[in-house]
Amino acid sequence: MAEKNLAGKTVEVTEEGYLVNTGDWSKEIAAEMAKEDGIELTDKHYEVLDYLRKEQAAGATLTIRKVGKSGITDIKGLYQLFPGGPLKLSSKYAGIPKPASCV
Amino acid sequence: MKRIVILGAGTAGTMMANKLRNSLDREEWDITIVDQFKTHYYQPGFLFIPFGIYNKQDVIKPKSDFIPAGVKMIYSKIDKIEAEANKVVLDGGQVLNYDFLIVATGTKTVPSETPGLQDKLWYKEIFDFYTVEGAMALQNFFKGWEGGKLVMAITELPYKCPVAPLEFVFLADAYFTEKGIRDRVDITYVTPMPGAFTKPIATKMLSELLAEKNIKVVPDFYIERVDNDNKKLISYDENEIDFDVLTVVPVNMGDEMIERSGLGDDMNFVPTNKHTLQSVAHENIFVLGDAANIPTSKAGSVAHFAAEILFENLMSAIEGRPLQAMFDGHANCYIETGHGKGALIDFNYDTEPLPGTFPLPGIGPFGLLKNTKINHYGKVMFRWIYWHILLKGKEMPIEPHMTMAGKKKVN
Repeated sequence: MAEKNLAGKTVEVTEEGYLVNTGDWSKEIAAEMAKEDGIELTDKHYEVLDYLRKEQAAGATLTIRKVGKSGITDIKGLYQLFPGGPLKLSSKYAGIPKPASCV
Repeated sequence: MKRIVILGAGTAGTMMANKLRNSLDREEWDITIVDQFKTHYYQPGFLFIPFGIYNKQDVIKPKSDFIPAGVKMIYSKIDKIEAEANKVVLDGGQVLNYDFLIVATGTKTVPSETPGLQDKLWYKEIFDFYTVEGAMALQNFFKGWEGGKLVMAITELPYKCPVAPLEFVFLADAYFTEKGIRDRVDITYVTPMPGAFTKPIATKMLSELLAEKNIKVVPDFYIERVDNDNKKLISYDENEIDFDVLTVVPVNMGDEMIERSGLGDDMNFVPTNKHTLQSVAHENIFVLGDAANIPTSKAGSVAHFAAEILFENLMSAIEGRPLQAMFDGHANCYIETGHGKGALIDFNYDTEPLPGTFPLPGIGPFGLLKNTKINHYGKVMFRWIYWHILLKGKEMPIEPHMTMAGKKKVN
């Protein structure tokens, strides 16, 4: 665990930069995290983040396929929004824990 | 007369039928089990078929051999569950009313979810080993193959038996070494996960073993489609991997009947309380094995441990008591590593696979996260245990809950 200053607020983050407390999240924090990775968040990005936060709060297991079926964007679009690691990056910016793949 | 209906007579459903018939009064409880197929497959054996270690006859027996007297077996497809009306409708219209329902319809591979998979190379140079047909086709192919690029690829999570594709590449390494052509076979393991396995300590052990055997790993590769003309895997972010022969774990989904019944998530798995194994939506529906959406491995060992918990909770539900047995996600998997050796992992929702001994602390005989000959014998012996003890719902000398005894904590 470490502390980090994001959008003028000190928050706890994991070694990989995920928020420890989902409640610390704000749109500004998301924007700043994304900026560090060179991604400028658009409305479409925020739609994905809102969807992830809602599903995670409901206890759903999140997969790329699930987000791809959400109606917000398809899987290809998701890769374009979050290049490299769509679910890992979007979860980070959404302030939810790193997706734990089932074993 | 009160009624319990079990849907699916695979590993999970068959175990439950035996356990329930042994405990519930025949004058009071009617038990019915439904499955469309008459053959029971020993699925852990599929892995050995491509390498000629097992053949079809080594992994099949009639389902009827394992259904106890006093349980009504119906061979039929299932149209749908009408949960609000407490009934199941079979194909052809027969209706089964129930007081309690156990859904054990499992998971199946759906190659059509990946464009280009079931195309002109299917069962010619592209195979799966999660069906007896795929495994046999691959056995025939390997007999005459002289080498090239062998790619083992996982399309989507979750999938049945998470260690099977790893075992496949380990056994392929051994098979081609023994054939004397290992230097002409390039083996690559392609996964959408960030590493060879999901949990860090096991990933480290398995990654070292993969490197030692000269098997390449391509992580974070999420397959969009298969290009049959150029024999390439193409990912959503437009990376490519060439293959000469492709072995694949197709997308896994729950039964379509679950979708027709409106009881599933987007992969047709049934939302289930991960501790009580009761369906989230209906108090008199329980879900056992791969059909559930619980976050643990889709594997027979999990179904076996979960069966004990489900049984206790169903007894409580029948008597109107609160559900007190809590499943911990316990899984126990042998990993064949080739050349007569194997590894073993034992874990649950909260504890990742750790090194140590199993089942007796300090004694074993099996070594956890160790590559030993005795672990391999454990897997070999397991087929007998499966047919004679496990399916019949008899006691095994292993507790349903995972124990830390015999495990070493690793920092």
